[in-house]
Amino acid sequence: MKRAIFYLVSLLCSLMLSFCFVEAASAEQELIVSAAASLTNAFGEIGKKFEIANPGTKVVFNFGASGALLQQIDKGAPVDVFASADQKTMDQAAEKGLIISGARKDFASNELVIIIPHGAGTPVKALQDLSAREIGKIAMGNPETVPAGRYAQEVLTNEGLWERLKPKLIFGESVRQVLDYVSRGEVDAAFVFATDAAVAKDHVIVALEAPKHKPITYPISVVGSTKNRDLAGRFVDFVLSGQGREILFTYGFKKP
Amino acid sequence: MLSVIPSLQPLWLTLKVAGVATLSAFLAGVALAFLLAKGRFRGKEWLDAFLTMPLVLPPTVLGYYLIVLVGRNGWIGRRLYEAFGVTLMFTWQGAALAAAIVSLPLVLKSARAAFEGVDQNLEKAALTLGLSKTGVFFRVSFPLAWRGILAGTMLAFARAMGEFGATLMIAGNLPGKTQTLSLAVYSAVQAGNDSLAATLVLITSLVCIIVLVSSGSILKTSYLKEINR
Repeated sequence: MKRAIFYLVSLLCSLMLSFCFVEAASAEQELIVSAAASLTNAFGEIGKKFEIANPGTKVVFNFGASGALLQQIDKGAPVDVFASADQKTMDQAAEKGLIISGARKDFASNELVIIIPHGAGTPVKALQDLSAREIGKIAMGNPETVPAGRYAQEVLTNEGLWERLKPKLIFGESVRQVLDYVSRGEVDAAFVFATDAAVAKDHVIVALEAPKHKPITYPISVVGSTKNRDLAGRFVDFVLSGQGREILFTYGFKKP
Repeated sequence: MLSVIPSLQPLWLTLKVAGVATLSAFLAGVALAFLLAKGRFRGKEWLDAFLTMPLVLPPTVLGYYLIVLVGRNGWIGRRLYEAFGVTLMFTWQGAALAAAIVSLPLVLKSARAAFEGVDQNLEKAALTLGLSKTGVFFRVSFPLAWRGILAGTMLAFARAMGEFGATLMIAGNLPGKTQTLSLAVYSAVQAGNDSLAATLVLITSLVCIIVLVSSGSILKTSYLKEINR
């Protein structure tokens, strides 16, 4: 009996070890794309279409706050393509020499909107309404890493509301976390991109478009340390192609 | 050196959250452990398994349960909000609740084992000598089991200090309000602020070593006292 258990355990151990190496021997070519959280749905579909158009490739997505994605690439994450939700993050990547500057292209644009939960009692008709007492908590992305939060900060600062609203602000780790807070009714209002609001239109209402901010354009580029330069370039071209544009349009993105 | 001073705020918050969480986990854990060790009722092992789940479940699963339960539209949260106008979302009390739940099993498991290790004859003797049931608990069972309970509580405090996933989901990551050390480290790394991250990591490591060494020596001295008695 004891011997049987010993054999079973050693069999399991060797099986586990062999798993570690099987992955490396896979024949598929893998492309890692780090993309802004607001691109989750659109890029998910673009990835599937790209895999069909390029048999034998597997697109792996890493969605998150653009600023956080930049830090990962800076620390040596094996990323092939980077798409951010603002020019500032991509500029920082270019300054650090992390991207191939010739491959950088703008592929979409977006709008910043203020949303409220479905069935919320307090309407928001103008930015000033956010300082009303009925609006208890306002969510936005952390301006340090989340582009949507950075644009929101710009809007509130230009309107002279930043200092007054500061105690009400809840910072999310990505624009999608902010969206989730509103969908669940945990906050009374929030700043997200128009495309995010469209994804959750059963739960949130767009109250108004945010004024006074820089135009929101999305850049994409090949990462300098890529080992799949050719495939990465093809993915960027695919996003910019008619087929890629069409998918982006269906999710509410506009021309850059 | 000046940059170090504002970064101490997450430390006090962490100690406050972990302290409140450990105290709650201690009180609930000891009471439940005594019930499980000495009580006789149906579904006892099911209750034990249920209470131990937070130890096994990924913190994100726990965070989800908490949002669904105590969020403003949650099952408990809605009633709380309607009755008192308070919500645990985005508050340090919410963080303490998350930390208390993840550290409860650590108190519970060691306390149950400790209570079960107490000689039943001693408890029965105390009863026949006229002590009430609560008297037996405070004067016989607890004093004999307390070393095991203390060890479990120590682990619970360490676990509460390091809690991250469920805390991020229910309390958010609000600097000055709910940003504990583990969240502050995460934010600093995400934003590429390496010097702040390094400072916070050093503080955290230092505090953990102090906690472990001092609680270890408390356990040891009290054990020596006991065997010398």
